[in-house]
Amino acid sequence: MIIGKIRTLHAVAAARLVWLLAAGLPAGAALPDSAQIVIKDFMFAPDSVKIKAGTTVTWSNKDDEPHSVVSDTGLFRSGAKDTDETFSFRFDKPGTYHFTCSIHPKMVGTIIVE
Amino acid sequence: MSDNELFQSRRAALRCMAYGGAGTLFVLAGGVLTPMDLATAGAYDKKGTASGKPLFVQISDTHIGFNKDANPDVSRTLTQTIDIVNGMAEQPGLIIHTGDISHLSRPAEFDQAQQMFARLRTTELHTVPGEHDTQDPTVTEYFNRFGKASANRGYYSFDHAGVHFVALVNVLQFKPGGLGTLGPDQLAWVAADLNGRSSSTPIVVFAHMPLWTIYEPWGWGTGDADQLMAPLRRFGSVTVLNGHIHQIVQKVEGNMTFHTARSTAYPQPVAGEGAGPSPLKVPSDQLPSMLGVTSVSVVRHPSSMVMTDTTLA
Repeated sequence: MIIGKIRTLHAVAAARLVWLLAAGLPAGAALPDSAQIVIKDFMFAPDSVKIKAGTTVTWSNKDDEPHSVVSDTGLFRSGAKDTDETFSFRFDKPGTYHFTCSIHPKMVGTIIVE
Repeated sequence: MSDNELFQSRRAALRCMAYGGAGTLFVLAGGVLTPMDLATAGAYDKKGTASGKPLFVQISDTHIGFNKDANPDVSRTLTQTIDIVNGMAEQPGLIIHTGDISHLSRPAEFDQAQQMFARLRTTELHTVPGEHDTQDPTVTEYFNRFGKASANRGYYSFDHAGVHFVALVNVLQFKPGGLGTLGPDQLAWVAADLNGRSSSTPIVVFAHMPLWTIYEPWGWGTGDADQLMAPLRRFGSVTVLNGHIHQIVQKVEGNMTFHTARSTAYPQPVAGEGAGPSPLKVPSDQLPSMLGVTSVSVVRHPSSMVMTDTTLA
């Protein structure tokens, strides 16, 4: 009975370890693996985000007017996103990525990938 | 027709229109192109006193696919617009559409717009894209349907009734943080296209975004438009037409008349009011006075253009 109970505890601990590994969290990770940018009043908020490589950024349009998210280098292009629609992109490589709304090119923002 | 009769006719026409400006009619009067409000033109036509030969009608910013509070039924207002154009006693020679045909560049929106345009009695339709028409990832939906006239460049020219028309694109080369852009290739093409033409040829230039800076913080302008004006200045009559801002703004500079059109879909705020050029929601009973009888420009004499602003209120 006692031996059996210890084995069960080990199994639970092992399962937890597997779950943590599957979630892809490196030891000591401080930044989340997802980031949100809200589009409201013809602005990206925040307009600058710092993330770790592998992070997925999601933009959500909260205006009555459609907006888009387009990389200056052509890396990504969302297409027109209407009210409450979203667009996501995963940044795998470190670097600085500038983006704009191609419908309202005054709207600009930056993603810094470490 | 007395002013009162004219006013009553305008009221009647606008009541039929409910939302949205119908479009802009251009007549050739004494060699000068004159924009007039289409509702007014219709009123004139019913009385048999049209002030010139209808040359063309400008429709703009139909935004098929838009469904927000500012106008939940943009297809209805476009239908009303088309009915007004089709009801003109003398049909215009052609129609121009100054962009934002669709709202989100989606195939179904373009398809619906094309089906609706097919109802126009005047079948010659010339278009330029707005930025709402070029948002699909491959920028092909507009050009697959409307790109033939320009060999998929977007810009082209043609002649009609002695008038030279130049269709330009200023929504494909946005610089981040900047205004619309024509770009060096297109500017060189315009200069070559105009070269050798008689200065007495009336010129009509049309594009989606304004070709002069109306309000820079909202991008209501074209960054390199100055370079376009240089080869146009020698012409005796130049009319520059745009959409994009969903309201009429006019400017006369020498021989050049600048004129933006209303949308058939929804109004936008005047420059600088609010966070940005969002669809403007107004109580339905205020719509007639807002969109109402627009600015009307009428030539009283061939050599002078009189600008008259009239509202329904």
